Amino acid sequence: MSEQPILEIKKASKSFGAVQALIEVDFEVRPGEVMALVGDNGAGKSTLIKGIAGIYAFDKGEIYFEGKRVHIHGPRDAAALGIEVVYQDLALADNLDVVANMFLGRELVQAPWRLDEAAMERATVETLDSLAVTTIQSARQIVAGLSGGQRQAIAVAKAVMWNSKVVILDEPTAALGVAQTRQVLDLVTRLADTGLAVVIISHNLHDIFEVAHRITVLRLGQNVGTYVTAESDQQEIVHAITAGELQFVPGMAQE
Amino acid sequence: MTDIQNPSGEKRKHDEPFAERETNYIDLLGRFAPVIFLLVLIVIFYALNPRFLSQRNIFNVLRQVSITGLLAIGMTFVILTAGIDLSVGSLLAFSGIVAAGVAKGTRTNTLSLGTTEESGYGVLAAILAAITIGMLGGLVQGAATTKFKIPPFVVTLGGLSAFRGATLLFSNGGPISGFNDAFTEWGQGEIGPVPIPVIIFLGFAVVAHIVLRYTQYGRHVYAVGGNPEAARLSGLNVGLITTSVYVIQGFFAGLGGFVLAARLNSAEAVAGTGFELTVIASVVIGGTSLFGGEGSVLGTVIGSLLIGVLINGLVLNNVNPYVQQVSIGIVIVIAVAFDTFVKSRRSI
Ligand SMILES: Nc1ncnc2c1ncn2[C@@H]1O[C@H](COP(=O)(O)OP(=O)(O)OP(=O)(O)O)[C@@H](O)[C@H]1O
Ligand SMILES: [Mg+2]
Repeated sequence: MSEQPILEIKKASKSFGAVQALIEVDFEVRPGEVMALVGDNGAGKSTLIKGIAGIYAFDKGEIYFEGKRVHIHGPRDAAALGIEVVYQDLALADNLDVVANMFLGRELVQAPWRLDEAAMERATVETLDSLAVTTIQSARQIVAGLSGGQRQAIAVAKAVMWNSKVVILDEPTAALGVAQTRQVLDLVTRLADTGLAVVIISHNLHDIFEVAHRITVLRLGQNVGTYVTAESDQQEIVHAITAGELQFVPGMAQE
Repeated sequence: MTDIQNPSGEKRKHDEPFAERETNYIDLLGRFAPVIFLLVLIVIFYALNPRFLSQRNIFNVLRQVSITGLLAIGMTFVILTAGIDLSVGSLLAFSGIVAAGVAKGTRTNTLSLGTTEESGYGVLAAILAAITIGMLGGLVQGAATTKFKIPPFVVTLGGLSAFRGATLLFSNGGPISGFNDAFTEWGQGEIGPVPIPVIIFLGFAVVAHIVLRYTQYGRHVYAVGGNPEAARLSGLNVGLITTSVYVIQGFFAGLGGFVLAARLNSAEAVAGTGFELTVIASVVIGGTSLFGGEGSVLGTVIGSLLIGVLINGLVLNNVNPYVQQVSIGIVIVIAVAFDTFVKSRRSI
């Protein structure tokens, strides 16, 4: 694992009207690292990653990617850098098959107009194999028929297929049973082992202590601490989540 | 191996695990129900009256089906995105009357001019006018649904009224009739034994099938219908794609308006009244889901034929026209009910 962060956020702030969702939040993740992002409901986790993904812009703050200052104005900018997000509510089209979902919006086309189904299927199978996703029998299965864990695996595979460098997972195990959570956590570990930077949002501290190298805790829109998993315990994290020391008085606009 | 013929994944029946086999039979039945039903109808009507399968009557059915069939091709795109277009009949009439006006160079009915009259701007200008009007009408409605988030049901219900009104205004309520042969040829002519409207209908059906099955645009239409949020997060311009299907529908309304005027040698201000029912029925009976994301042009062609055969068979057997309407209504409801049933079985 490298010591240099591949992605670094400095003093990111974001307000929705009177609600300050983020207040001068610092955040970083390194290649080969699983960084957990935790915090209570409404702490600002989703807001932080949506800012990184270009869904909306931070009001203030800077984003550095591979050491260079970058500006992300939309999902395509983020994708161009190699940042991929797997959203909480799984962005898969149920009516399409696995291949079509993996390539949605970035289909391979044979000159001059025809979809290159064979090439897309090959790449899909390769990606799934490389991630050791063995639970999906056919790349031509319709996604609607897949289990939650299989769908999550497809969403993750879709994110890593594009030579991405940072993969962000928003609550990837929230809706899954024990066995399927296991599969996804194993997948997360494998992603980091291949050198990707992985950010995982979860409310399940048990899961997080299993896969994460470090943990960043948000509370009321502020970063109240980043912990090395091996040197911390669940109790300390729970304390940070519920009573971590705030730098700024909540609800007061910062000037 | 890859089955490139079925990009939206109809191949699943080959490689699903055992436990899901039963669902697959229902699935298969659902997929082929329209064809089976069509064949059954043909057999029944042939048994009742062998004239039903004469070449003359077959082309008769096809010719009758061709105009609503053209509209149904466009409607397939719209319904695949989980949209609906109720304005098709009115937009067809408006396009047709404008085409007639352009062809004759006047907005009043001038039957006194002979059928060889050459005072207008020509057939080509008439076709272009019809298609332009249709596509503009579609563009306005598509933009209204996407930009202002008005449900397409409401927008096109407005269009249903507005385009009909525009048609009546254009010709002051009357028809514009009596065209030269170059014009009427498009509706009345034949190539070999095949009526030209039938060739136009089937030709565009093939084109639309290719677009939906084999192109990136087609894939995106299915994606928008299946999960617009997923489509957006995957970087698709959902608003543009949604708008485009109404423009495509407008294209077919314009073309249909022109061909109908050519066939009748008259653009009627009341042309296409009630077409929306037949058109939507053709699409839905053909297996395209009103919930979006599932269906095909092939199904729509079969659905159109099914309705055409049903009406023709009832007419041939002297069934009361009112009963015809009732039977079409019942067929639509059965088709949608069946679609819903198949869906609910699948999601267990
Ligand atoms: N689009 C929005 N408009 C207005 N307020 C918003 C919007 N998005 C988030 N917020 C507010 O910003 C705060 C942070 O929300 P966010 O979704 O980032 O929390 P979260 O940490 O992801 O919570 P959860 O664990 O429930 O997913 C909340 O108070 C929320 O109500
Ligand atoms: Mg969230």
